[in-house]
Amino acid sequence: MIEAPPSLEPSIKPRLVASKSSPMIAVRALAKRIGQQEILRGVDLEVITGETLAIIGRSGGGKSVLLKHIVGLMQPDAGEIWIQGQNIIGMSERQLGEIRKKVGILFQGGALFDSMTVEENIAFPLREAGERDPEVLRSKVAEILEVMEMEGQEDKMPESLSGGMKKRVGLARSIIRRPSCVLYDEPTSGLDPVVADSINRLIRRLQQRFGMTSVVVTHDMKNAFDVADRIAYLHEGRIYFNGTANQLQQSTDPLIQDFLLGRSEQGAAIS
Amino acid sequence: MVQVFNALGAPLLSFFQYLGELVLLTTDTFRSIFTHKLRWKLFLNQIVEVGLLSQLVVVITGGFTGAVFSAQTFFQFNKLGMGSAVGAVVSVALCRELAPVLTALMVAGRVGAAMSAEIGTMKVTEQIDALRALAVYPVDYLVVPRALAMMVSMPLLVAECIAVGIAAGYFVAIFMLDINGTYYMANMVRWTRSRDIIMGLSKAFCFGILIVFISCHKGLTTREGAVGVGRATTEAVVNASLAVLVCNFFLTMSFNIIYPAGYQ
Repeated sequence: MIEAPPSLEPSIKPRLVASKSSPMIAVRALAKRIGQQEILRGVDLEVITGETLAIIGRSGGGKSVLLKHIVGLMQPDAGEIWIQGQNIIGMSERQLGEIRKKVGILFQGGALFDSMTVEENIAFPLREAGERDPEVLRSKVAEILEVMEMEGQEDKMPESLSGGMKKRVGLARSIIRRPSCVLYDEPTSGLDPVVADSINRLIRRLQQRFGMTSVVVTHDMKNAFDVADRIAYLHEGRIYFNGTANQLQQSTDPLIQDFLLGRSEQGAAIS
Repeated sequence: MVQVFNALGAPLLSFFQYLGELVLLTTDTFRSIFTHKLRWKLFLNQIVEVGLLSQLVVVITGGFTGAVFSAQTFFQFNKLGMGSAVGAVVSVALCRELAPVLTALMVAGRVGAAMSAEIGTMKVTEQIDALRALAVYPVDYLVVPRALAMMVSMPLLVAECIAVGIAAGYFVAIFMLDINGTYYMANMVRWTRSRDIIMGLSKAFCFGILIVFISCHKGLTTREGAVGVGRATTEAVVNASLAVLVCNFFLTMSFNIIYPAGYQ
């Protein structure tokens, strides 16, 4: 019998928003060590159904590792992860398959299948789900490519796509089966500001159009402010701040100020 | 003494861990074969990769092995006045040892390397994580079609290698070494038994399994980018080749109990 996720203890420091709605995702005391390095040291986090949460933090701070744990691609050393009331820790790969149908993920580089065309990549989840009618597949791919503003690119191979296009195709593939939640791993990294902005608009549009819950991992503050209902700051393996974009901007915490202003410790000391 | 055990401990443990992982992958694959739907398109693609595209390699291997073995056997046997026995020796040797082992070594080099490199590249570019994230179990999608294709193709490739080897040996013996064709054929048919062929094909099946699981395992456990893919590919070919040679000895000894050589 699987129990409902217990509510989070007030271990989030400082905890600025108290959630009233049901959590789509609940992470409790998640810890992970890779080699000698302690990446996550007890992460507590809730993602409310329908909201967009941005997880910010310095590069190498464990944001992507946290995201991979949420979708079961990595196993933690300790802690719990609840997806729609199911604890996914200890589930087998095949059991996780059912969870992964509810939670899509956009990888940092798109992770497209390089031996398949754009159309085959996007249609892949539908084929795996048993859809064989070429007409249905083609129309669904065309529909999602229109949402991605990539009409007519069906026959291209991934190697001939730009970084931004790869991310859009990866996103199209993740959402074509309409998951309840999408996880974005650095969706705007390595993109020019114009393409990054189009990705941000896309994330917002998906939330508005399909009501998807979104978790965006980023160190791009513009990306976080543009898309997020709530922002969590991951620092030294723990959630250091959890609140709205306004609360983050008004925070006088020196660590948060340094991060927002892009100031290194040495820089702060000199000034 | 303690130092010796200390020095041997880590490599031994990692060797047993490696064997354990191979056994787990094999078990997982066979469970998947019997309990999950087969992706026919991927299976047929792999049949083309493993079977069809290995034709040239197998024909050349079988042909020249049969030819040179026929010639060498003749040079030795002719001194004893046993030239007409060449056909029987070539045929039995090809069926029981040469064709299965040499075909397996060639397939390990051609197909095993490709499998390991392809899966390894998918691993380091997060394509395997993408498969998992799309609720597709990598063993079902990547290993099962390759394993089945190898199990089907290897016995056929070895049968082909035997046939081409015997034909090439016949050609060299009759047209280049002037052995009497009737005696050559009569001795060959008399001494080559169905159990020799069964033994060769059974070995082929076992070697196919060894190659596919060693190669796929290396691919699935690849790390560290392009260098890792290169290393995994090399290790896959070396490990598969060594496994074929070592297992061949034990298979020969075991099969010889069931199918004794030369028994009338």
